[in-house]
This record gives sequence, C-alpha cells and structure tokens, in this order.
Amino acid sequence: MNDDRVIWNWDHVFAALPDMLWAFLTVTLFVTVLGSIIAAVLGLLIALARRSTPRPVAAILTFVMNFIRMTPLVVQLLFAYYAFTAVPPLTLGVIIFGIHYATYMAEVYRAGIDAVPHGQWEAATALSMSRGRTWTAVIIPQALRSTLPALGNYVISMFKETPFLAVITVTDMVRAAQEYGASNFRFIEAIIMAGVLFLVASYPTSLLIGRLEKRLAYTA
Amino acid sequence: MTENLEALQRALPHLLDGLLITVELTVGGALLAFVIAIALGLLARSGNILLRGFARTVIEVFRGTSLLVQLFFLFFVLPLPPFNLELPPVFVGILGLGLNYGAYGAEVVRGSINSVPRGQWEATTALSLSRTQRMWRVIFPQAWALMIPSLTNLLIQLLKGTAVVYLITIVDLTAQLNKLRIDTDVFFAYSLGLVIYFVIAYILTIAMNALEARAKHRLGQGTRLREAVAAPTVDAEGDVP
Repeated sequence: MNDDRVIWNWDHVFAALPDMLWAFLTVTLFVTVLGSIIAAVLGLLIALARRSTPRPVAAILTFVMNFIRMTPLVVQLLFAYYAFTAVPPLTLGVIIFGIHYATYMAEVYRAGIDAVPHGQWEAATALSMSRGRTWTAVIIPQALRSTLPALGNYVISMFKETPFLAVITVTDMVRAAQEYGASNFRFIEAIIMAGVLFLVASYPTSLLIGRLEKRLAYTA
Repeated sequence: MTENLEALQRALPHLLDGLLITVELTVGGALLAFVIAIALGLLARSGNILLRGFARTVIEVFRGTSLLVQLFFLFFVLPLPPFNLELPPVFVGILGLGLNYGAYGAEVVRGSINSVPRGQWEATTALSLSRTQRMWRVIFPQAWALMIPSLTNLLIQLLKGTAVVYLITIVDLTAQLNKLRIDTDVFFAYSLGLVIYFVIAYILTIAMNALEARAKHRLGQGTRLREAVAAPTVDAEGDVP
C-alpha cells in the first residue's frame, strides 16, 4: 500500500483498532467507572464533612478542596506516580482521578443539599427524626435528584481526561493510537479513530444527561 | 532540605523559562478560545440552519473528542502527507487549547445570551435599534456579566490543561518540574509545582472577579470595582461563585 498517495487507508484502521479497543476497555472505561465511584462517594463525604465539622476543620477542608481543584490533574498524577512507586500506575490513576473529581462533585452535592427546601428540615424536626435519619431519609434522596445530571457531566469530563494517564505510563486508547502511529509512521487513521470513539461514547451520553436534566428538574 | 534548595537555585532559570511558556500557552490559548467562543456562540444562535449546523458540529466535535486527541492530531497528523503542515509546538499547543476550550466557551456564550430577559429584546425592537446595536449595546453587555463566572472556570481548566503539552515536546513548567524532580526529592519538586499553578489560578480568579464586578457595575448592579476589590469578591468559603 502506497500510504503517501491516500489520505485514508482502512487497513490502518483495522490494524490499529484491536489494541485501541483493548486499551479502551481495560484503561479508559475502567478508570472512568472506578474513578467515578470513588469521586461520587468521596465527594458526598466531603460535602457532608464541610457542613457538619467544626468551622476550622471545614475551612481547612475547603482550602484543600480548592487547592486540588485549581491545580493540574497531570501534575497530581506525576506527583503520585513518583512519590508512591510501590503502587501500580493504573491503581494510582484510579485513585487520583477519583480524588480530583471528588472535589468537583463535592460542590455539586453542596448545591444540591442547599437546594432542598428549608421546610423539609423543619418537617424532619417536627417528626422528631434523628439527625442521621434526617440526612439519609429526607435530605440526601432529594438532594441527589437535582445533582444527578451535573455528576453525569463530570463523569463525561473524567472520561475525556483519561488520556492524561499517558504521563504515568498507562497506555489508554489515545496512547495506544499514538504508539501505533509512531511504529508505522502513519498517524491519521489511529488518531482520528480515537477521536471518533470518544465522540461516539460521550456525545449520546451528554444528550441523555440533558434529557435527564429536564426530566428531573423541579417543576415548582 | 538544603540540597533541595541548592538544586532549586540551579534550576531556577529553567523553571522561569517553563513558567513563561505555561503563561504564554494560557494567555494565548485563552485569547484564541475567547474569540472562538464568541464567534461560535453567536453562530449557534443564527437563524440560518447551515451556519447553526456548522457551529454545532464544530462545538460538539471539539467538546467531544478530548484535548489530547486534538493536540496529537495537530502535532502528529498535520506534518505528514497529505497535509504536510508542520507548525511550531507552542503554536500547536495554543491552537489545540484555544479550539478545545473555545468550543466549551461557545456553549457558555450561547447560554448567557439566551438568558438575557425577553423584555430586553422587545425593548430594543420598540426603540427600533439595528441588529448590531441591539447585540453590542443592550444584549451582550448583560450576557457578558452572566457569562464571566463560567468563563472563569473554563480559564482555570485551560490553565490546568496546559500541563499536558509536554507530551508534544513543549518544555513548559511541568516539563521543568520533571527535570527538577531528578535532583530534588519528589515531594519538594511537585509540591512546589502545584503551589505555582495554584498561585496562577488564584491570580486569574481574582482578575476575573474584578472583571465581573466591573461588568456588573456598568449595568448599574453591584458595587464599584474599587469597593469590590477592597472587600474581596471571593466568597467566604473561598469558592469561585
């Protein structure tokens, strides 16, 4: 095949795809799913801790949260990679993605909790519910409803940032595409396919989240 | 610790070079993103279905395909046939960041313009203002005040996004930190790096808050910039509102 003459050669697509799809499943999706779970749980814990711990503790927590939010994920990944050499890079990736996005999700939860009408708290008090039960049976279920779309959007952001894992030697789909390109001196098909796969996965999901947003919106 | 400081002293000129590149990418990327965001944001509201379709396609492609894919495309694909277009790496970085965050910004611009109350549009018709007058004298100044908080978030994202550019051979701050790491301990080098990024992000946030205060003041809302600066506009929790 004379590559220089053709803009697009399907042979390269089929040659590059197996490695890319494998990396997509074992790294891109893996990190997105596990990272999202960590971020969703940790984010909720941070949001609750900021409301219920003494002021100085909450202030420190807020500062740490902002610090993580305002510094690059890439540098955080590199930091963890060289500081904790005993931990496998993929595990570190999941943890760092989880922590980084937890700081974003904590803000989403905070807004969701603030959006629960004040009367709900009063009603829980009137029914003499315990503090724990007020949270788990009244506040959190209502808060989650309004936070779901925003959380989903952060999951999509995380998905699109998984190629950053390349900086800690984890071969995600984009890195696999680049490696194919480098060894064949032919980048166009592999890199475009990486973009297409991202688009195919993220665009319908974001449309779905948009619909969810409309459905779950308070119709008050 | 003294060894760390000595290594830092030796590396300082290089770190400053890297910092300069990072700032260059951030400012260049942000300016390009801003222009693209305004252009695509306005086109996405156009009555012409072709223009609107074009804007929507560009926005969704650049929002949907990941920053690194776009940088790799510009860096690895363009220099080879059939394009044969070899661009300087820093230019590639600015272009990639500008296109990616410009697409995100376009949605912010579009949304903010749509949130300007209906009555304002009707008022411009009642005063028989031209289309340009309507947009630049009435609608945009109000939309501008609405869009600044979201643009601030995007600006911080863009700054953080610059840290991947060392993968396309640009020697930015992160690349210099990777070199510093070898002579110092890891904790020292990367903590320093995170603090530098944080300080830049903080300065950008304060500048954008000042811009927001000014935009609101010009609409007759909120305090004057001088008063707003005297009492920081970052709220009590330190959040970007």
